[in-house]
Amino acid sequence: MLGFITRRTMLAIPVLLGIIVVVFFLIRAIPGDPCTSMLGERATAEACERFDAANGLNDPIWVQLGIYMKNVITFNLGESVRFSRPVTQLLIERLPLTIELAFSALTIAVVVGVPMGIIAARKHNTAIDSATMAFANIGVSMPVFWLGLMLAYVFALVLKGTPFALPPSGRLTAGVFSVPYYEVWGWNLEEEGFWFSVNEFISNFYIFNTLITAQWAVFWDAIRHMILPAIALATIPLAIIARITRSSLLEVMSKDYIRTARAKGASETRVVRHHALRNALLPVVTIIGLSLGGLLGGAVLTETVFGLAGVGTALFDAITGRDYAVVQGFTVIIAGGYVLVNLLVDLSYGYLDPRIRVK
Amino acid sequence: MSIFNQRKDVEEIEAVTDQRNLVTTKPSSQWKLTLRRFRGRKSGMIGLTIVTLLILMAVFAPILAPYEPNEVLIGKEDVGPRDPPCVHAFGCSEETPQHVMGTDGNVRDEFSRIIYGARVSLTLGFFTVTIALLVGSAFGAIAGFTGGWIDNVIMRVMDVVLGFPSLLLAIAIVAVLGPGLRNALIAIAIVTMPGYARVMRAQVLSIKESDYVAASEALGASSTQLLVRRVIPNALTPLVVLATLGVATAILEAAGLSFLGLGAQPPLAEWGSMLASERNQLFTSPFLVFFPGIAIMITVLGFNLMGDGLRDALDPTLNR
Repeated sequence: MLGFITRRTMLAIPVLLGIIVVVFFLIRAIPGDPCTSMLGERATAEACERFDAANGLNDPIWVQLGIYMKNVITFNLGESVRFSRPVTQLLIERLPLTIELAFSALTIAVVVGVPMGIIAARKHNTAIDSATMAFANIGVSMPVFWLGLMLAYVFALVLKGTPFALPPSGRLTAGVFSVPYYEVWGWNLEEEGFWFSVNEFISNFYIFNTLITAQWAVFWDAIRHMILPAIALATIPLAIIARITRSSLLEVMSKDYIRTARAKGASETRVVRHHALRNALLPVVTIIGLSLGGLLGGAVLTETVFGLAGVGTALFDAITGRDYAVVQGFTVIIAGGYVLVNLLVDLSYGYLDPRIRVK
Repeated sequence: MSIFNQRKDVEEIEAVTDQRNLVTTKPSSQWKLTLRRFRGRKSGMIGLTIVTLLILMAVFAPILAPYEPNEVLIGKEDVGPRDPPCVHAFGCSEETPQHVMGTDGNVRDEFSRIIYGARVSLTLGFFTVTIALLVGSAFGAIAGFTGGWIDNVIMRVMDVVLGFPSLLLAIAIVAVLGPGLRNALIAIAIVTMPGYARVMRAQVLSIKESDYVAASEALGASSTQLLVRRVIPNALTPLVVLATLGVATAILEAAGLSFLGLGAQPPLAEWGSMLASERNQLFTSPFLVFFPGIAIMITVLGFNLMGDGLRDALDPTLNR
């Protein structure tokens, strides 16, 4: 197992380095220079020179790449020219929202998708099966942004005034604040440094922060704001998970060892739970990992629709506004996280299925 | 009981041998068999019907659409911007001009724009997949056939592309190339390419070892001949399925890019950008958001169902 882990981890490193290099060159290939984009069309040549020098844009490209690589490895992601703030600070503010959104969506997708697939497989070739598959087919075909807008219309306008009404935008209602846990508990933290940043990052997970500090009104408000975006984002992975669970369970149920289990007199519930499900869920684990890339891409669209200041919208603004440092930093973090999750999925696969380790 | 069964088996075998001796029917080709199996799949047939109707809609758009897609109706008819749908058959007053899906913010007939939108989406889906399929499978075939460091380099590059969430990479590529439909098409082709490369490579790796390739080689065929004449034609089957499903993905991603303002540019009647330009009017004119989205969904659904049906038909061992 250890050999497998090492081998698989080593494979991820060149991909990660490749991603950093690709991002670096892709950003520099964007037409237009950051100076005019930041200082405006009428920026003087001197002003641009000073700007370029200050941001190291006059160095040879290889030197820039070298410096950049070194900085990424030491978690120094540079400064956003647009916001005049460190990229790490922007990540601390925005990443928790996106993670919270992606995690909520993934939870919905798994909690609803897996049972749905199991029921469809157990009721194979019945109306329930067909209905589930029809739902799954429609689910994978829906544009995320459209579904988001439709949900917003139904829950914010049609159901306005009913208990089912939900807010169509933002993270919290205006005037509601999530007080960081370190302030609630009266921790004496210095307003600088790594330790403070870590705490700030964690406290920006509003749902988590308000839950552990028992700010129930704010917690409920955060949940209510999260429901619609999470459902919109969850639909596609949910449909895929339901389909994979169903087909995988159907395949496993026709295996010899299932017949053996039945022949031994095991009840149908026991056969499904103890013999079939464990084996059937292997491909589902892979799909969950793979869905994450889609979730992050979908997050850009979902955040745009629901007016959420997350990583997706920040990245989109940065790409169109040529904010080099932000694009590089965010993309590297997202792609790095994606590679890491895929690595974990592969490792868990090796753990669940011993045959894979040997290959 | 068992004796009876045996008897029946014997009869069947006799029947088959009889047929063989008579040679009355030509053996069915793989494609004929596939077609027969495909016809038996209800969802696949639904998909095929949807796709056929959409193609007809795109081809005959000028006949089907009551108005030109970019025709501004101010001064021509008694309609204003974002008038709600009016269908005479459903009780809308005869004096109001009929607009089945209402009018958009620039007083254009939404229904006509939706119909013309099929042209954009279908062309886009088709070209994106063609590019991705040709380039991707060429890479995959070369990687699988030559092996060694070439294989390693090609596949690691593909891994890097797969390392990005696809929509994010597409956004970045469009940012480099500049917004527009053509560049969105290229971006989506690039991000979907690795899928084709991987499948093609896997196919080539297994076919390379088969006896008929070895036989060809023994007869003196060059590597190029082997690859082009023997390996690639036999590797195409799973790529057909992937390409059909790929059209669906391409249309969905292109709509996403257009929604973000990076794909089709106004005034082109493209569903994603039509939806984007009216999204701020969601609460007052929801129909202008609803119809383009439904159009995208039906199109994507059609290709997805057709792709699934094809896969089932090409691989009868799958019990789905």
